[in-house]
Amino acid sequence: MRRFIPFMIALGLVALLPLVSPSDFYINLASQAAIAALMALGLNILVGYAGLTSLGHAAFPGIAAYLVAWLSTRGGLGPGPAAVLAVAGTFLVAGLFGLLALRATGLGFVMITMALCQIVWGGAYRWTSLTGGDNGLSGVPRPFGDMLTPTTFLWLCLIVLAVAIIQIGRFAESPLGVALRGTRDQPRRMSALGYDVWRIRFVAWLVAASWGAVAGLLYAWYHQFVSPHMLAVTASAEVLLMVVAGGAGTLAGPLLGAALVVLLKNLASIWIDRWVMLLGATFVFIVLIMPDGLAPGLMHLRERFRKRMASPTIAPPLAGQERIDG
Amino acid sequence: MAFWASQSLNSLALGGLLFMLAAGFSLIFGLMRVANLAHGALFMLGAYVGLASVQAGLNFWLAALLAALAVGVVGGLIERFLLRRLQGRTLPQVLLTLGLAFIIADACLMVWGGDPMRLPPPEELRGAVRLGDLAFPRYRLFVMGASCAIGIGLWLLIERTRIGAMIRAAVDDMQMARAIGISASALFSAVFCLGAALAGLGGVLGGPILSVYPGLDADMLPLALLVVILGGAGSLLGAFIGAYLIGFVYTFGQALVPDLAYVILFLPMVAVLAIAPNGLFGRRLS
Repeated sequence: MRRFIPFMIALGLVALLPLVSPSDFYINLASQAAIAALMALGLNILVGYAGLTSLGHAAFPGIAAYLVAWLSTRGGLGPGPAAVLAVAGTFLVAGLFGLLALRATGLGFVMITMALCQIVWGGAYRWTSLTGGDNGLSGVPRPFGDMLTPTTFLWLCLIVLAVAIIQIGRFAESPLGVALRGTRDQPRRMSALGYDVWRIRFVAWLVAASWGAVAGLLYAWYHQFVSPHMLAVTASAEVLLMVVAGGAGTLAGPLLGAALVVLLKNLASIWIDRWVMLLGATFVFIVLIMPDGLAPGLMHLRERFRKRMASPTIAPPLAGQERIDG
Repeated sequence: MAFWASQSLNSLALGGLLFMLAAGFSLIFGLMRVANLAHGALFMLGAYVGLASVQAGLNFWLAALLAALAVGVVGGLIERFLLRRLQGRTLPQVLLTLGLAFIIADACLMVWGGDPMRLPPPEELRGAVRLGDLAFPRYRLFVMGASCAIGIGLWLLIERTRIGAMIRAAVDDMQMARAIGISASALFSAVFCLGAALAGLGGVLGGPILSVYPGLDADMLPLALLVVILGGAGSLLGAFIGAYLIGFVYTFGQALVPDLAYVILFLPMVAVLAIAPNGLFGRRLS
């Protein structure tokens, strides 16, 4: 458990933010970052540990958010039962999607996940009688009644995030997690060793989807509103950018990436109003300049700096790792 | 009867447009192992360039030619200066094309604004052909014919010419093709330009049917992906059959159950992936 201490300290510091923040703006920003981090941690299981790049991860938060919104507004359920049913429903859909998406790996997986998420988007956008179409569903009731102020909502998000960090961290180090990384690097050898590669990937997919669903609940309660925008390609791309920018396959990377992307998005919407362009440019920048992401990138820089201090020779450039093969 | 006939023609026209989009995507995928997610954005860029040229007083055919050339050049630049740096690294290439798709889409929004605009069809193709009680819009018939002509042209190019033989050789075994003196570098650029130009042309020809609006890229790209998932990557025949299949399912879905037009697309995908995970005519997808 010792390796989780830095994370808990960091989350603890964020939890103290309301003491120094001059307005609710920064507290809400931290809540958004925590929700985004939850999505990114889930996607990181697929991208980082399983080597499966999904461009449709927004489907899970999206489905869960729509379910909880519909059940607690039009379905007449309380926020608690609605939340349980929403997560269960998302889990079932994820199982079905997993059966399809895991028929492929590599680029096929990218294309299928993207198409699946787009189909969900189309459903949310077009099935107006059920989903409210482009207007979405508003007035989603929050749990815990009046107890949820911006501050307590942030604390709720941080508690959930802490649980996620510990669960995913332990999962990654468990025998299953190690086997999962084995299927990423050497799927054929793992298969030859008797591991059921498909089943390992399917479990990883379901874990990733479940954390996505939890993030979707918090998203729906935070905004008290859901719309097809949270299912758009840009939404999936944002989550993927968090993982890739932060550093796939590390625990700290997605957290760092989520904080950065949320900050960038909010700053961009205040000053330049060209978020999509900035999102695209950031992708291009990351891919060309820092292909391993921030967290490993910074570590490489530190190592290079140390080496340069030790000897005058220039360290060779580190090649980006290629992890996408069948 | 009239409903079925006219919707069938609409399906064929949409299928033709999807073929132009998916053929380029599939060619690039087959040869370079690049899933060009900017393909939808290139389609939209073509539509906007065509529209701007028509508004500037050019005739429709010149505008289509100009748009195809312009988008082809953009594609060539992307391949030469960006994708080439990442050769052989699949994931970064996907992310790069995704980033470029956002940049192109937002640039179009900046230049041409957010209102949907209609691209008028050329004079000689306005009106309809009457066949008994049924009226078929001429332009849609033309789009269908044009896509078939392009399909045959591509097939001849790939199966009957020297360049086509080089492409087939490189798709089958890149290292061996290089060893016998085929310049993969030139081939990559040529195929990427061709694929992008086809997308651009598709955009212009689609303008009078779909109209031109921001979000056209996000509407078309998933359909093209579905075409490739169904037909199989790298296969021209697969793209052709997949495009018309999706054209029919989507058009009839929109007419019969408009709420679920998108969700219905799920069905062919489930069916094909269950039987043939690499698509109907595809090789290994990964």
